Amino acid sequence: MRDEAGVNVVWLGSPTFPEAAHTALRDGQLRRNLKHATTTIRDKRLRAVAELDDWETLRLAGSQIKDRVMRHLDEYLLRLEASVTAAGGTVHWARDAEDAKRIVTELVRAKGADEVVKVKSMATQEIGLNEGLDDEGITATETDLAELIVQLADDRPSHILVPAIHRNRTEIRDIFLREMGKHGVPAPDDLTDEPRVLAEAARLHLREKFLRAKVAISGANFACADTGTVGVVESEGNGRMCVTLPETLITLMGIEKVLPSFADLEVFLQLLPRSSTAERMNPYTSLWTGVTPGDGPREFHLILLDNGRTATLADRQGRSALHCIRCSACLNVCPVYERTGGRSYGSVYPGPIGAVLTPQLVGVGTSKHADSLPFASTLCGACYDACPVRIDIPEMLVHLRTKVVDAHRGDRVPKPEAVAMKATKLVFASPRRLALAERLAAVGGRVAGIRGGRWLPGPARKWTAARDVPVPARESFRAWWRKAGR
Amino acid sequence: MRVALFITCYNDALFPDTGKAVTAVLERLGHSVEFPQQQTCCGQMHYNTGYRREAESLVGAFNDAFRGYDAVVTPSGSCAGHVRHHHATETAPNFYEFSEFLVDVLGVTDVGAYYPHRVTYHPTCHSLRMLRVGDKPLRLLRAVAGIDLVELPEAESCCGFGGTFAMKNSETSIAMLRDKMGNVGKTGADTLCASDNSCLMHIGGGLSRITSGVRTLHLAEILAATR
Amino acid sequence: MEPVAEYKAEVLARIRAALRDVPDEERPEDVAVTREYVDSHVTGDVVDLFVERVEDYRATVTRVAQADVPAEIARILSARGVENLVVPPGFPEEWLKAYQGLRLSDEPPLTAAELDDSDGVITLAARGIALTGTIVLDAGPGQGRRALSLVPDLHLCLVRASQVVADVPIAIRALDPTRPTTLISGPSATSDIELDRVEGVHGPRTLDVLVVVDS
Repeated sequence: MRDEAGVNVVWLGSPTFPEAAHTALRDGQLRRNLKHATTTIRDKRLRAVAELDDWETLRLAGSQIKDRVMRHLDEYLLRLEASVTAAGGTVHWARDAEDAKRIVTELVRAKGADEVVKVKSMATQEIGLNEGLDDEGITATETDLAELIVQLADDRPSHILVPAIHRNRTEIRDIFLREMGKHGVPAPDDLTDEPRVLAEAARLHLREKFLRAKVAISGANFACADTGTVGVVESEGNGRMCVTLPETLITLMGIEKVLPSFADLEVFLQLLPRSSTAERMNPYTSLWTGVTPGDGPREFHLILLDNGRTATLADRQGRSALHCIRCSACLNVCPVYERTGGRSYGSVYPGPIGAVLTPQLVGVGTSKHADSLPFASTLCGACYDACPVRIDIPEMLVHLRTKVVDAHRGDRVPKPEAVAMKATKLVFASPRRLALAERLAAVGGRVAGIRGGRWLPGPARKWTAARDVPVPARESFRAWWRKAGR
Repeated sequence: MRVALFITCYNDALFPDTGKAVTAVLERLGHSVEFPQQQTCCGQMHYNTGYRREAESLVGAFNDAFRGYDAVVTPSGSCAGHVRHHHATETAPNFYEFSEFLVDVLGVTDVGAYYPHRVTYHPTCHSLRMLRVGDKPLRLLRAVAGIDLVELPEAESCCGFGGTFAMKNSETSIAMLRDKMGNVGKTGADTLCASDNSCLMHIGGGLSRITSGVRTLHLAEILAATR
Repeated sequence: MEPVAEYKAEVLARIRAALRDVPDEERPEDVAVTREYVDSHVTGDVVDLFVERVEDYRATVTRVAQADVPAEIARILSARGVENLVVPPGFPEEWLKAYQGLRLSDEPPLTAAELDDSDGVITLAARGIALTGTIVLDAGPGQGRRALSLVPDLHLCLVRASQVVADVPIAIRALDPTRPTTLISGPSATSDIELDRVEGVHGPRTLDVLVVVDS
């Protein structure tokens, strides 16, 4: 991944979604790994959610709290800054990835450190922080098990919550055996592929790094404006290690992660664990407010990152995508994700929400890759049902499709699809024209000999690759009705 | 009650038998149905593909065509969902998917049908998650005489059609289709039923290609069948 | 490094430009939040449920009468082979009277390496949450700073039955946001391999809980 310096949400040079899916769909191992993992978590999530009979009212409250935050984001961020500062922390603002990387680098350098430990964080991935630090001679070690797997394999993450979901246990064992020794404590020679044993190897490999680290970098699941309390929700304890042991803690969070008040945690600590890992509660949640003498880091820096979020905020119809709490429930239920995996999305944000966030953050009309993402959905709606903060992802996708189409309306040579859409609109604009078109289609279908409809040329080939086409009826319903004199 | 039929553009041209079946069932239940000749297309395909301007240009005439009816019945969960959610018109709330109309408006589940086959039902995504028709189609099918209704494994998974998705992302669409066909095969059914011919066109096209021997049939056509 | 005022000004300006559609007179509180969710999903006995739910995470839970606490502590620590126990400031002395092993005091603070070399830690708790089987630590007396309950591989935690509340909202409302707080639900775990949960990664791999029934 070193050649991907300059990562800003998307992996540079990513192909369009259909091109990437073409490769992924042929990977039988990947398909089996994904099917197994998504099926397991789906059933678990349904059970976890079914335990709370007020789930829908919790979702509604979650979405309304986020709506309140977005409409008054400036005010809440200023309140957060004041609270964190009063509690002994320092708040930085970053306009983009470059600002954020510069701030982190300078903070790490000021501590005289050349290595940092990291808690899994989408925001740091989004800005390519590890690569940026590496360029400055600072080694960042991912401490989340899945992130460690991805980092050791020099791989790309494929899931928001479980970045190594595309790997099975045997692949992970091989990666550990091959790579761990190059970066510190090696994996034991007799390493098996049992998850418990693999977790033990990660524990041994990382422990010395935790105990030695002077600086840690984390993301944040939420930050409460009224108290300045920042929260990290995790499972393994690597988050606790990072936010507790080093002398300096640097937390990078997207500006949309702020919550109005500490009391709002009562909603999100019910919604998030059940939606993400499908547990009643995740093993560890750390909440800290500034610095506490004698307990944990002596220095705390909170960086508030924009990096395209304000542009999304300006889009009234697209704004609610910022409600996302990165639970990844939408990935786990998505039939497209289940087949193609996360890396096909070419972005640190894969899956349905990634198909929304990625074009929003990098801008519609900037690349074929980003513009292809909103179309990577059947609009089946499973994501909307699963979203704990009720983001209407299908509607967002359609909204972004519209923006993509509108961005190309001025093209000198319109795409065949655009021509077809305009033509069909003209046909549908008049019942007479439609009736005529139907008669022509009925005749044309027969003349072309597609009775049985096996193989068609041109763009229709994509349909007939695996599907026969229906033959237009000899007589349309409309014609039948009229003839029957009804 | 004045009831109109919205046939939908693709049913009009490709699956007229479904429209005839809807008419037959409703008439058997003692209701007359009108077919407003000015109707064309609800614009869903345009809307969902990003051609919102084109879609919106169709809404006015569409609304005019269905003005004055107490209810509009359509044999498509997807189009009913589109009209109800995206046409901000006076007629939009009157649109019902066929099974909703039978169960909710007419209050019937037994329509006097006879269909002596092993049938499995695919609850199409928009019926399921946009309209929330729930088990209404299944209640109607369970009341059919002679039917052997078997549950479809992973029924609520999308079949991979998704309108223009089937073309734009055809390989992913086909991967989803294969899984759906595999599940249909597991049931041993000779008929796959759904409330939307668009999804059935996709699944049926695949089933026909692999010469599975499974036929696809719209719910209305099963409910129209009699002894 | 000092925060850059210019970055802040620009981000705020962008936000305000993005929110032009929000009326100037609208206050945050004007945006409705309907809190119709329940404070508690628990109907039965909270302590029974707490025990059941903590056990669900594959932690060991024992109910013990106040008078039997010292013996029970000694029994568990001995069974676990703990001979080198971290004891936070403020932990009740009388509860350790039956424990025969070595004690590590955190005054002056133990180094991370010393914590790592210990066999385990014993702490009190601030609260328990029944529905989710969660233990809340807030670094109060007998709990110690956060590192104490994190680095050792075994955590023996004492929760008084009277500290157990029914559900998450009730617990959150009782927290003091100024205190460093950790919510613990079972031993350290991961689902990172095939989304299958296994216990034991970086935090204590063994979590033993004693629920002290006030007599």
